[in-house]
Amino acid sequence: MSMIAAARPHDDALPERGEIARAAAGIALYAGAFGFTFGAVATAARLGILQVMALSAVLFSGASQFALVGVLAAGGPAVAALAAALLLGSRNAFYGLPLTPLLRPGGLRRLWTAQFVIDETTAMAVAQRSPRAARFAFWATGLALLALWNLGTLAGALVGSGINTSAFGLDAAAPAIFLALLWPQLSRERGRAVALGAIVVTLALVTITPTGVPIIAAALVAVAAGVMPARRAAHLPARPAAHRDRGRR
Amino acid sequence: MSLWATILAASLGCYGLKLAGLSLPESVLANPRVQRIAGLLPVAMLSALIVSDLFASGRHYTADWRLLAGVAVGAVALWRGRSLLAVFVIAIAVTALLRAAT
Repeated sequence: MSMIAAARPHDDALPERGEIARAAAGIALYAGAFGFTFGAVATAARLGILQVMALSAVLFSGASQFALVGVLAAGGPAVAALAAALLLGSRNAFYGLPLTPLLRPGGLRRLWTAQFVIDETTAMAVAQRSPRAARFAFWATGLALLALWNLGTLAGALVGSGINTSAFGLDAAAPAIFLALLWPQLSRERGRAVALGAIVVTLALVTITPTGVPIIAAALVAVAAGVMPARRAAHLPARPAAHRDRGRR
Repeated sequence: MSLWATILAASLGCYGLKLAGLSLPESVLANPRVQRIAGLLPVAMLSALIVSDLFASGRHYTADWRLLAGVAVGAVALWRGRSLLAVFVIAIAVTALLRAAT
């Protein structure tokens, strides 16, 4: 009862709450199916079920997990598998930049918050109009995703390599969701230019560099575009700064 | 390196990267250049992940027209303003149906 009463003024203050919750549920459902794919693929690569679950619960970053298992399954050395996972995971460090002013994680809370800094939670948080909506989007997406990603992984690991995931079209899940997360950013001219540059860099490096490196190299496109004192820089909203002041209260 | 050691090192390393991102000093975050970069990083990373998923298999180029068609129909659904879940279901279903039919 008291929880409902406490939640009511919150609802009024956050009209987009339902919309965010639906989007988070959609992401979590995808994560369940994607996690199922991961569990099946990892078990087929002869990881034990505890090892597979440790990756989904502790590493908790889909692309890094797939990279690690992919290198191991291809017979690559453990160090290469580790490097691929860390290279892909390094983008989560950059996500701290837009997220810190929105979430303002202090003290011990930072240790818990850090685990949820991934593609989906970042994209959901930065897409919101207010810091409060951003925080709700971050946690709704993060908690639902953690739960279903691990349930899906467990189911996939139990079924093992007994199913053909590509026959079910599950390999379309990741690119479709990444595209949906990217979509709002493409309305900006600079966003489109960076996306195009990242695509060119990634495709150019596929056969030249170790797996995982092209994606990290694509990050340099964003760095270059951000550093350039371009004509249109003045039009970009300095959103994180505005959020930081409001978040103080 | 044993399998467990690899898994633990990757897990702790990836967590450390996430934590480092949230622990950057205020002065770094206030820099407008850093803010522009931060806004553009997910754009570059997501774009790179999409083309890697669609056109790369390890260090080789690949293309499965049924997968491309599935994601393309998902993109049309996005353009028509459909929800994330609808886009997800459509992309998977179209890919699976085309694979079943060919």
